[in-house]
Amino acid sequence: MKKVIITVVGKDSIGIIAKVCTYLAENKLNILDISQTIVDGYFNMMMIVNFHAEEKEFDTVSSELEDLGQGIGCVIRMQREDIFSQMHRI
Amino acid sequence: MININEVRETNRMIEKENLDVRTITMGISLLDCVCNDLGLLCENIYHKITEKAGNLVRTGEEISKEYGIPIVNKRISVTPVSLVGASACKTEGDFVKIAEALDRAAKKVGVNFIGGYTALVSKKMTTADETLIRSIPSALSETERVCSSVNVGSTKTGMDMDAVLLLGKMIKRTAERTKDMDSFGCAKLVIFCNAPDDNPFMAGAFHGVTEGDAVIHVGVSGPGVVKTALEKVRGADFETVCETIKKTAFKITRIGQLVANQASERLGIPFGIIDLSLAPTPAVGDSIAEIFRELGLECAGAPGTTAALALLNDQVKKGGVMASSYVGGLSGAFIPVSEDQGMIDAVETGALSLEKLEAMTCVCSVGLDMVAIPGETKETTIAGILADEMAIGMVNQKTTAVRIIPVIGKGVGESAEFGGLFGRAPIMPVSRFSCDDFVSRTGRIPAPIHSFKN
Repeated sequence: MKKVIITVVGKDSIGIIAKVCTYLAENKLNILDISQTIVDGYFNMMMIVNFHAEEKEFDTVSSELEDLGQGIGCVIRMQREDIFSQMHRI
Repeated sequence: MININEVRETNRMIEKENLDVRTITMGISLLDCVCNDLGLLCENIYHKITEKAGNLVRTGEEISKEYGIPIVNKRISVTPVSLVGASACKTEGDFVKIAEALDRAAKKVGVNFIGGYTALVSKKMTTADETLIRSIPSALSETERVCSSVNVGSTKTGMDMDAVLLLGKMIKRTAERTKDMDSFGCAKLVIFCNAPDDNPFMAGAFHGVTEGDAVIHVGVSGPGVVKTALEKVRGADFETVCETIKKTAFKITRIGQLVANQASERLGIPFGIIDLSLAPTPAVGDSIAEIFRELGLECAGAPGTTAALALLNDQVKKGGVMASSYVGGLSGAFIPVSEDQGMIDAVETGALSLEKLEAMTCVCSVGLDMVAIPGETKETTIAGILADEMAIGMVNQKTTAVRIIPVIGKGVGESAEFGGLFGRAPIMPVSRFSCDDFVSRTGRIPAPIHSFKN
């Protein structure tokens, strides 16, 4: 099991969090932490999620999230957590 | 736990400031391929490379996707071919056969360049070294992905001036053989002094004889990230500037270390070094020259440029060295003219001359890189430019290199178009005064006095 960071950036609208959370729940991916902010009028959300490749591969989930984002006018990216911890923690 | 601002900072560097891992380079030793039958040797080389590096490109792409960081190039470096082919190659054509085998292997595994068509001749050329050097124009014009380099000097051994003069001729001949592509062949040829064994950057990468059987080196980049960080400290004192560059270099290098560890683990090949380099690209915002402007110079080449580059180079190393377990290669700031829009602008506005560039190479990571000169420049003049740059490396105990392109059929005021990461090179004027009698003396220049440290 590894931690991944999912970021959602786009125009604010109703139901963004709900849609992303529903997708994660359907795929049995557990959310550890959520934070959200508005920067320059844009909706910014970050989720820390436990990722286990029991049902779907990283690649599949990543591109399904991307497609989901396009449907709600947001850019959704999934990245392994280490890239952030490496850069910001000694 | 990671917070949203840290995530946004990293992703902004990647999306807006061109942060990337410039290259994952797999070094492969070909010493165990050596035999005196040329056909068998080429077969051995092809098989070893395709077997070791079969998964290199796919692994690079996987890492890139999982971490969301672009890994621009996947490349291979091999043992200097003058050593590998010494027993089997009797003619220039024989060496070209090895170049063709390397090219085939590179295409098979999908890497864009393969380095190591190399000779190490810092004291004196062997017959094989000389034959390989004479074959460079054919090898570079008849293959697509093979890169060549020759080490002609070192602080410990001095400089082989016979090789320098010969290379002046071979650079000119390579230019002529590739004149329909603005003499692009010369962009794949680097002449070194004090060449490192573990450089991941093309065109000068080769797998040194001091290295293991196979190794993963990673080159990081990020001039745009440094430039953006410096925007926030405009007008601040040098201490603040240096701290800002160091912290940024640390962050950039940590990403390189992560990618290197992952690549090494997934490919089952030991990690070698991180090359902490600021390597520009022709993309706007990915420029060393723009960092100079941010530091307070009107343009690259203005008085103060050498000092600014010295500061930048040193802080990049200081910040990066703590972020990586092993540092090597060329580490520092690259100043290739054609690959940096700000440098191109500086040449075109007359702010940056070949002589100023030479001064800058005393304090940066390499040397005269991707510099286009008039196609009519004499072979001896090219040898003189090589000798000057090599002398800087030899006396200052640093790596220096020359990648110079006499663009056949073009002169000052015109430019050579290479495209892609190689960019566009405005043709720079060269001194019209002769060095014929100097470079035509035979033999070698002895090692400098401070090489005797025993």
